Amino acid sequence: MFDGLTARLQGAFRKIAGYTRLSESNIAEAVREVRLALLEADVNYKVVKDFIEGVKEKAVGREALRAVLPGQQLIKIVHDDLVELMGGVAREMDLSSSPAVIMLVGLQGSGKTTTAAKLARRFKKKGRNPLLVPCDTKRAAAVEQLLALGRQFGETVFEPGDGTDAVKIAANSVKYARDQGFDTVILDTAGRLHIDDELMNELRAMKKRLSPREVLLVADAMTGQDAVNIASAFDEVLDISGAILTKLDGDTRGGAALSIKAVSGKPIKFVGVGEKVDDLELFHPDRMATRILGMGDVVTLVEKAQEVMDQEQAEELQRKLRKHGLDLEDYLTQMQSVRKMGSLDSVLKMMPGFDQLKGLAPAEEELKRVEAIIQSMTPVERRNPRILDGSRKRRIATGSGTSVQEVNRLLKGFEQAKKVIKKMGKFQKGLMKVGGFSWQ
Amino acid sequence: MSKTLLGKLRSGLKKTRDRLTSGIVRVVTGKGKIDEELLEELEGTFLQTDMGVKMTSRLIESVREFAKTERRLDKDLLLQRLERDVAEALGPEPVLLNVSASPPTVILVVGVNGTGKTTTIAKLAKTFAEDGKKALVAACDTFRAAAIEQLAILAERAGASIVKHKHGADAAAVAFDAAEASTARGMDFLIIDTAGRLHTKVNLMEEIKKVQRVIAKKIPGAPHEVLLVLDATTGQNSLQQAKMFHDTLGLTGIVMAKLDGTAKGGILLAIRQELDIPIKFVGIGENLDDLEPFVPSDFAQALFT
Repeated sequence: MFDGLTARLQGAFRKIAGYTRLSESNIAEAVREVRLALLEADVNYKVVKDFIEGVKEKAVGREALRAVLPGQQLIKIVHDDLVELMGGVAREMDLSSSPAVIMLVGLQGSGKTTTAAKLARRFKKKGRNPLLVPCDTKRAAAVEQLLALGRQFGETVFEPGDGTDAVKIAANSVKYARDQGFDTVILDTAGRLHIDDELMNELRAMKKRLSPREVLLVADAMTGQDAVNIASAFDEVLDISGAILTKLDGDTRGGAALSIKAVSGKPIKFVGVGEKVDDLELFHPDRMATRILGMGDVVTLVEKAQEVMDQEQAEELQRKLRKHGLDLEDYLTQMQSVRKMGSLDSVLKMMPGFDQLKGLAPAEEELKRVEAIIQSMTPVERRNPRILDGSRKRRIATGSGTSVQEVNRLLKGFEQAKKVIKKMGKFQKGLMKVGGFSWQ
Repeated sequence: MSKTLLGKLRSGLKKTRDRLTSGIVRVVTGKGKIDEELLEELEGTFLQTDMGVKMTSRLIESVREFAKTERRLDKDLLLQRLERDVAEALGPEPVLLNVSASPPTVILVVGVNGTGKTTTIAKLAKTFAEDGKKALVAACDTFRAAAIEQLAILAERAGASIVKHKHGADAAAVAFDAAEASTARGMDFLIIDTAGRLHTKVNLMEEIKKVQRVIAKKIPGAPHEVLLVLDATTGQNSLQQAKMFHDTLGLTGIVMAKLDGTAKGGILLAIRQELDIPIKFVGIGENLDDLEPFVPSDFAQALFT
């Protein structure tokens, strides 16, 4: 899917490269391909339609920019438009009242309970004192799930008692929070279909009674065309303040993000990016735009790369990255050459598929020590780190003025990078296409 | 399939049907011929079922062909044709559960997080219990908080017994014990619940392979079914899920859960086109009775009539 999308877009843009200006007719095909790409990313059909209209207008209107290739110009217009549509800058939450009540709502299985625990962790890190409240008295063991998460991560969970009235539980919990000095209350509500009037009315009543600061729609990032119906139904009943997109750590293109924003007008505030309790991040419209398009920030990459590398070097770098048997010498060379372009992380982030490598590369200040460690190895050891046993590691540590632990950490990071690169074999082909296109 | 079952499936799919029918009827009403404008509106209607770009183009092509032979736009004829196309895409006949000649029949249930695995398992268990069969469920989701408790409650409601370990235990060890228990206790069915996992997580996909190996070792020929539970709300990613779970485990069937919402589950068409995996059940409600066998012709009919 990834390959197909990237290749298709690259193909589309290549078709219009070579023209000196954009016109309705010479971008028609490219626009059609962008449309298909968005549809395959699960952006709602109607949202796509509006979006495409906007892009067409802007593209034809900006003929004057002739210094840039038409393909690049269109990439930028499409990308900028997506970013704008998804809400400009990322926004934090409104927690101005005490206790600040946050209601999490959404369909069954969208990830409300997990998200509740993640939010509590996030608040605690910011010095707040959150109370988790299980209002899902419907699903079997839902209350137990939140209680267990609370125990696991040391968060306080409100004990709802035997009652099944979710509104009452919520109201009691807020009173409890006030008495016990909790400044943030997170209400985990039962999953429900947006067409279930009875349950939607329950949420309405809860909102009316507790005036929460935030009502957040928790939505699965993999949601298809129905995202517009879900978002507009919840927004209509509850006037939501935003959304949280979950399960973004898979390979979905996440077009639902665009659909939700477009129909509700409400910002996406956070994204869930993993199963661990810390895996909650602020939403970045620019990253999401890139993801939906599936092509990385190609233009920026080209600009940066042209400053420091010629095409030959770039191809050499890609060849080495692609090579499964990456060795420590390559590892070091790459880090040194890529460092010239900025931090390794920031460069990798710009390449399609390479965002997975983020965090695996050593930080700048660590690089010197890494260099020292690798240079203290014999050429044989660099090519085959597996032979490094205890005594070799001790020798290397002494030689480089580091410790065996540091040597181990380096090896672990290297192994991880190797694994990821191997796994991404198929992305490399896409990357070559990007490369070929970029330097045309 | 009995009349009542068909009726139920139709009511579960009613929203889909209403939407599509009203969509198509609205689109074609008052139109004398099939022109580009009409085709574009039809395209929108198809796309919104999540059937995907490829399948949509195929149906649009079919409408174009139709327009060549039919001078006047006959709404009913057009609907019939589309229904036939969809039924064709879904494959011929309903594919039943593969029941082992020497019990227990082992069913491994897998899927990404939150699609409805545990609920589907309870529904399956209830179906077996009502058929007078003995079913055992294995709580191999040892990862998610309170997943074991949830399955225990649902199993009791469904009239099935359960084998469980503690939270955090090795899933393969639970499967091993459950396989042993199901043989010893003369169970007809063993249904294995697994932790939700994104299909892109290599280590978790390996873990589930281990569960499969353990069962195969313990009970020859098992698992007899490897069912992937998909969420009808999910868009094109369902196809990726089906592909990767199929690559890892060799799926024998698909269950489409949550078809009682406004999501239309059109992605089933794309999955059926790309992969040779039959769709076996659909979930159409929150009650334990709300699981129905998937019948391609009914699904097609429910979509268009």
